[in-house]
Amino acid sequence: MSGATRRTSKNRRSVQGSKTALYWMSAPALALYAFLFLFPVLSNFRYALMKWDGIDEGEFVGLANFKKLATDDDLATKVLGNNIEFMFWVVIFQTTLALLFATYLVKNSRASLFFRTLFFFPTILSSVSVAMIWLFLYDPNYGAINTTLIRLGLDSFALNWLGSETSALYAIIFVQVWFHTGQMMVIYIAGLQQIPAELYEAANVDGASRWQQFKSVTWPMALPTSAVVVAYTTIQSFRAFDLVYATTQGGPNNTTSILTTMIFQTAFNEFRFGYAASQSIIMIIMIFLITGLQRRILRTRY
Amino acid sequence: MMYKITRWIALSFFSLLILIPSTMVLLGSFKTDLEIYDSPMALPVKWTLDNYQRLLDDGDILINFKNSVIVTFFSVAITLLLASMVSFAIARLMNVTGRVLFVLFALGLAIPGQVNIIPIYLLFSDLGLTNTFHGLIAVNIVATLPISVFILTSFFRELPNEMYEVASIDGASHLRVFRSIAVPLSRPALGATAIFLFVICWNDLLFPLLLITESAKKTLPLAMLDYRGEYATSFSMIFTAVMVASIPMVVMYLAMQKSFVAGLTAGAVKG
Repeated sequence: MSGATRRTSKNRRSVQGSKTALYWMSAPALALYAFLFLFPVLSNFRYALMKWDGIDEGEFVGLANFKKLATDDDLATKVLGNNIEFMFWVVIFQTTLALLFATYLVKNSRASLFFRTLFFFPTILSSVSVAMIWLFLYDPNYGAINTTLIRLGLDSFALNWLGSETSALYAIIFVQVWFHTGQMMVIYIAGLQQIPAELYEAANVDGASRWQQFKSVTWPMALPTSAVVVAYTTIQSFRAFDLVYATTQGGPNNTTSILTTMIFQTAFNEFRFGYAASQSIIMIIMIFLITGLQRRILRTRY
Repeated sequence: MMYKITRWIALSFFSLLILIPSTMVLLGSFKTDLEIYDSPMALPVKWTLDNYQRLLDDGDILINFKNSVIVTFFSVAITLLLASMVSFAIARLMNVTGRVLFVLFALGLAIPGQVNIIPIYLLFSDLGLTNTFHGLIAVNIVATLPISVFILTSFFRELPNEMYEVASIDGASHLRVFRSIAVPLSRPALGATAIFLFVICWNDLLFPLLLITESAKKTLPLAMLDYRGEYATSFSMIFTAVMVASIPMVVMYLAMQKSFVAGLTAGAVKG
């Protein structure tokens, strides 16, 4: 007992004595991170209060940018709606499919491994490559989807997928789900493999059907994993800039524009840097609100 | 029985959804535009490397490729070095400072770096860092630090405490413990993180788009946007560019599937 306390106190002293080394080890990362992440986040707040084309002297306008955003900017309202719709459907479809495939492929067999490898494959491609592939598939004149539909005599279903205001956002949602479902499936598989086999055996003895097993064992036991998947998918859908920019650049008529593409356009097409910064602030607030809300919902569920 | 049938239908459907487009791109890179539009799934009438030859002759794809290699390599290497040091410090500093450091980096996980495009662009224009590789590399490092710190800290925390204690009783300095105990033991975690960072940096479009305008400095994803404009609806050329940009990743994926899957889900699984 006394030996143990002596050892810990001695140990604490030796660790205490050389903490400086640990501080030095964190210094490079922290310096760079402060300079290119923390400081820019704060500058955003300063720029958001300015009217500035990025070249001439900026003009301090107080909260005018935020006032305009909230009351007099139909585009921003539309884009916020797009972003929420995009996020909502991606979360729903991607999580459902990922969980479905994970339950199908949770057992390690040769076939499972093949499907897992295949479903995960899109994850390693770049958004730009994925965009190029789907630009071809969706192409109204030459695309594989429309030529197939026309050959099958289903001409009326052959739409201008990415070019029409009614379908463009959904076409991109489909691609995003195609792109990332495999990754979420793998996270689910890791989660499902932690569920004790006895629970399923007990359910089997009780004569539970597949669906009952899923409802009373898999679903409740997988809730913590679902929380992770939903949070990850949400952040991912806020980061979908690359995919949207490479497919439609936000068009047609801004129906596929999301917050990041709008910020980019406000700054680099319209040269309204202050206004773009205030849009960035709104995006930060949105992310905090939505992830906070999700955490609440998923935590009270189990 | 119903279960088995629906299972096979669902799995086959999604498989085709991935296999068909991938095959079209692979075959398309050996075909003419007409063949692609006419029958995208048919084998090429004549297997030629004409498209690849034309892509090499036409533009800077080799330069873009080299740029991507340079930017990705240095971004990943430096991030790993910086992140492993700070993660080790966070795991060993069992005081307020350690916790504050962790929270600071966790903030970067919650707020995507994309909200910083305006300040970063303005800052880099002021400092003359646009159109430079070191500027782009620095931005990449900062964008990937939070997730790396997150993965590595949880790994260093899981290493048995006795290991550190024995070493410190022997009088080894923190740097020594880091170099000769922590780093060798954390090779799997470092490997997983490296793959994760590699895929992110190689595929990124936003930051190159923000910072690079000179065509001789463009990375592959950025250059591909130009190809799309240049070749307009010539999908044979676009498919060839997709092949060139994806081949390194696909080869690595097929060679080390397990590490890839582990690496690309490490952040989420650990959370």
